[in-house]
Amino acid sequence: MKYALFLGCLAPVMGRQFELSARKVAEALGVELVDVEDFACCGFPLRSVNEETALLLSTRDLSIAEGKSLDICTICTGCASTLAETNKELSHDHELREKVNEKLQKVGRTYKGKVTVKHFVRVLYEDVGLEKIKSQIKNPLEGLKLASHYGCHYLKPSDVFNKFEDPEVPRSLDQLISVLGAETVEYEDKMHCCGGVILDIDDNIALAMAQRKLEHISAMDADAMVLMCPLCGSMYDRNQRVIERRFNAAYNLPVLFYTQILGLALGIDPKGLGLDMNRVKTSDLLSKLGF
Amino acid sequence: MEVTKLDPTFKDEVSNTRGGQNIKRCYQCGTCNVGCPVREIEEKYNPRRIIRMTVLGMKKRVLSSDFIWLCSACYTCNERCPQDVRIADVMNALKNLAVKEGYIHSSFAKRLELIETNGRLFPVSQFDNTKRKELGLPQIPPKNEEVQELCKLTDSNKLTNVGE
Repeated sequence: MKYALFLGCLAPVMGRQFELSARKVAEALGVELVDVEDFACCGFPLRSVNEETALLLSTRDLSIAEGKSLDICTICTGCASTLAETNKELSHDHELREKVNEKLQKVGRTYKGKVTVKHFVRVLYEDVGLEKIKSQIKNPLEGLKLASHYGCHYLKPSDVFNKFEDPEVPRSLDQLISVLGAETVEYEDKMHCCGGVILDIDDNIALAMAQRKLEHISAMDADAMVLMCPLCGSMYDRNQRVIERRFNAAYNLPVLFYTQILGLALGIDPKGLGLDMNRVKTSDLLSKLGF
Repeated sequence: MEVTKLDPTFKDEVSNTRGGQNIKRCYQCGTCNVGCPVREIEEKYNPRRIIRMTVLGMKKRVLSSDFIWLCSACYTCNERCPQDVRIADVMNALKNLAVKEGYIHSSFAKRLELIETNGRLFPVSQFDNTKRKELGLPQIPPKNEEVQELCKLTDSNKLTNVGE
């Protein structure tokens, strides 16, 4: 198991705890993640304004991985779906691929279409597998009630991911949580979007979208929310205080990346997993686990 | 609205734009509206209506509106649409056309500028790289010349000058 690690724009700046914990658990579970300095933006932020630029940026990233004979593993769901979508489109539409390559060649790149793209959580689910994870657990997370949030682009558009799981009723993240010994809690509108993509378009709408989910999860007495996308993370963790003030509410709900709770179960030190970098304090959660 | 102000070719323009191919399949069932998490908060975002207006040819009203920018790209409508209109992709096509007509949302102009300058949406400052070093994480280059070149090749660098 060897992948080119695609960090994306957000995680290295505002989700270092995710990056850090992903690297730690990858090492513990035998997934080799190779750093690639040349990777840049996946193109997603530009799709709305210039599809052509977006397409070139994502193909450029794919070509860089191809040049190293590596598949791509991302830690952002948006990057995963954008790169996978470009990949699928170019593999079907050879005329488009030629057109894209014509421009890419001007910066010395070309893409043949040989790379696959997966989010790190999917790598854990499909490549590492629940059995192997189970066999490595040192601290079962017994007594914890966790609410999963998949993030839209982990699952959709589903045809881009060859429908690897049902986008309306997904199971992988919940299974990955249960295997650690924690209880998963169901909640209203579980599959709803975090609103992150439109935060800079209309923050009233975006924060209200995030607020509803915090409300629904809190109603189920969950100890924490578990997610896998740095943009979702910034909405629920970094912006939680903003939401609390704006909507006159109090949630104090810890928001952890899946790799952070997986790391705790694998016996990795909380600081090494960046738990001290989470905005909403995780100390109550840790003391419940005996740290 | 006067019929003479409608542009009957607008729907063709959209269906010839990447992402807009399936717009004419829409039979106005409203499944997109029902599942939309943005609409649940703000009713002025109405994907079914945007598609209807587009098919009718209300080009200027659609492209100059602020509501086409509100899609959060969650793809719920794409998954549920019985006609596979691919609504989220249609919204992208409409926004691309809006930009060509000179309507760019100011936050997107900013995004373009950041990506062209830094190669990424969120610039990595010296401070960030110092933090990364302390954590044992690799350094990230502050800019990317290939990305700058690709933005120029596709005229994205010119879009940042369009009015707010």
